[in-house]
Amino acid sequence: MVDLLVIFFSAILINNFVLSRFLGICPFLGVSQKIETAVGMGFAVIFVMGLASAITYIFQRLLLALHVEVLQTLTFILVIAVLVQFVEMVLKKMSPGLYRALGIYLPLITTKCAVLGVALLNANVYNYDFLQSVIHGVAAAVGFTLVMVVFAGSRERWAAAPIPNALRGFPLALVTAGLLSLAFLGFMGFDLKRLFVELLGQG
Amino acid sequence: MQSVLISLVLLGGLGALFGLLLAFAAKKFAVEADPRIDEIEKILPGANCGACGYPGCRGAAEAIVEGKAPITVCPVGKAAVAEKIGVVMGKAVEAVRPQKAVVLCRGGRTDCPDRFVYRGVPDCRAANRLAGGPKACEYGCLGLGSCVAACPFGAIRMNEEGLPVIGTECTGCGRCVRACPRGIIALIPADRKVEVNACRNRQRGAEVRKICRVGCLGCGLCARTCPEKAITIVENLAVIDPEKCTGCGLCFAKCPVRKDREKEKPAPEERQGEKQAAVEHALLR
Repeated sequence: MVDLLVIFFSAILINNFVLSRFLGICPFLGVSQKIETAVGMGFAVIFVMGLASAITYIFQRLLLALHVEVLQTLTFILVIAVLVQFVEMVLKKMSPGLYRALGIYLPLITTKCAVLGVALLNANVYNYDFLQSVIHGVAAAVGFTLVMVVFAGSRERWAAAPIPNALRGFPLALVTAGLLSLAFLGFMGFDLKRLFVELLGQG
Repeated sequence: MQSVLISLVLLGGLGALFGLLLAFAAKKFAVEADPRIDEIEKILPGANCGACGYPGCRGAAEAIVEGKAPITVCPVGKAAVAEKIGVVMGKAVEAVRPQKAVVLCRGGRTDCPDRFVYRGVPDCRAANRLAGGPKACEYGCLGLGSCVAACPFGAIRMNEEGLPVIGTECTGCGRCVRACPRGIIALIPADRKVEVNACRNRQRGAEVRKICRVGCLGCGLCARTCPEKAITIVENLAVIDPEKCTGCGLCFAKCPVRKDREKEKPAPEERQGEKQAAVEHALLR
């Protein structure tokens, strides 16, 4: 229980995908003009990363069993792309409401490095089991969403701020992203495990 | 060798399997969409300006196919687009009157100075909220260019007097009308012959005089001059009835406010051509 909590919160705060691992920078800069779209994108990413973590775990077992780990990246890309395509079709038919909310973002996410990143990290770096993989995937996406919304919130305010011409648009976006990243680096070295052990007793 | 074979079989197998799965899913979960929606979306201008009241051109196309919107729903594309949509939908076009935006204020920086220096957010809606806005006239243009920012066609620019000027790119979409907190921009039929009264100040003439040199005083001289009786004074403002107006321009020649201005400027036209000049002025502005 404690280690699941640690995985969850460290993926959000300490090893934030956008700000510490620099994965998923493209949507972070591209779709963060408005809070509304940032939230939409965030939920789509949570959805896809959770699913991708689960399915790539299964395929990783298959690859290990056949001793062809070299095919890992290739297989993961294929699996994730197919999964997203499939889910999109099913959503369109079964739940038009959810499709409207996530639909436009789903194809964008198919080949996002963050999605592939979480799958590769689960398999190669952490060797997580199934449940840990899914939790890690979801938490990474939650962290992504959190940063997206914070960033979009500050970008919305620029519209009404007197900004020097040279900084308008992307320059200021990059400066802000850097500052945000610095702020999140403040979580580095934070002993989450001790915190949860003390909070929950020895559970 | 063996691992090469395994790789080939595995990836080939997976690829084939997934391909079949997606092909099956595409059939099984296909959502039928009316092909006319795509056709109409292609015809529409694609600026997604929202002037029709639907979310983008796609939204408008869906509404047209569903019969919720008339084929003339797009105020930007005007008759040409409506005609093409009519071909797709099998409907005839009723006449669309193209519209254009006009600015109903002439009080620029020199004619109607500010009451205080505004140093906030450069946006008319924000300035308007601060103590009634910096402009001396509480009906006049604030000159911060919210309409310029709102225009999806780049048709509006600010002149040196701090007044918006609407160019020929105007499609009559009405975005600027909604952006202006003071309702200074209005849509009028593009083929309308004569200028509207470019002032919105409803105060009495003496009050207007104090704050603006070009504001309508509501004196009624134009109303008495008009041979067609097309002008009435409503709430201290001259209102021109476009149905009766012939565009003769006599009212502009008589207007005391416009005359004042002419005296200050060197007269560009000959005295004899004054009437003609006034008409042209009316048409151009």
